[in-house]
Amino acid sequence: MNDEIKADKIMDLKGLPCPMPIVKVSKGINDIEVGQILQAISTDPGSVSDFPAWARTSGNEIVKTEEGDAEFSFYIKRIV
Amino acid sequence: MELGNIEKQIEELKAQVSALDKKAPENKISMIVFSGDLDKALASFIIATGSVAMGMDAVMFFTFWGTPMMRDKTKHVGGKDLMGNMFGTMLPSGVDQTKLSKMNMGGMGTAMMKSLMKKKNIASLPEMISMAGELGVKIYVCEMSMDLMGFKRDEMIDYPGIEFCGVAKFLEEAVNSKVQLFM
Repeated sequence: MNDEIKADKIMDLKGLPCPMPIVKVSKGINDIEVGQILQAISTDPGSVSDFPAWARTSGNEIVKTEEGDAEFSFYIKRIV
Repeated sequence: MELGNIEKQIEELKAQVSALDKKAPENKISMIVFSGDLDKALASFIIATGSVAMGMDAVMFFTFWGTPMMRDKTKHVGGKDLMGNMFGTMLPSGVDQTKLSKMNMGGMGTAMMKSLMKKKNIASLPEMISMAGELGVKIYVCEMSMDLMGFKRDEMIDYPGIEFCGVAKFLEEAVNSKVQLFM
């Protein structure tokens, strides 16, 4: 199993409410190359549905999601 | 069926497809901001900035009660008539002076909401506007509302690419947008 996904860039979005997580990630994804992974860490509960929606619309892929007690981590692969 | 006939039909279909392509709406949101309420303005800017994050273009039209929100309170212009001066004084100057549509309670509710927003790290309206500017959200201000309320272009905010227009400009954008909202 290829369980270990390495992030090429990590964005700390803790404490930021809507719409900041997706606004920041939509900018930050341009800092990595196509095929690389961006890890976004958020505390906004809305981001659980927002990040997948953003990925589907922007054409990128969430390859892994980790949900902690109050923290969410999304591994986003840049496709476009 | 003859081969030549099929070729002709394919050509016709190609022409139709390209005509449809031109008609298809762009990946864009057009918003009318009619309300001058703090809460509705905040929602408008969250949707606009979120749209850009989703890869869309976003266009906002400020009209009627939304118009005074695009004023810059530090700018003062002269040469207004009596009505213009009255409107100028009575209407809010910029987003800082907007109030909640509900639970304003003589300004107490609005002040409480603002301090709560700060506590919860929610961006204030001026912050949202400057972020919208950075993201390239297009802002149009209704010329007719400005004329009615006696506002001059010189007293509006310094927003990148701010333009003044009429209803036709909005409709042109709305027809070419996948999403249209009225706030």
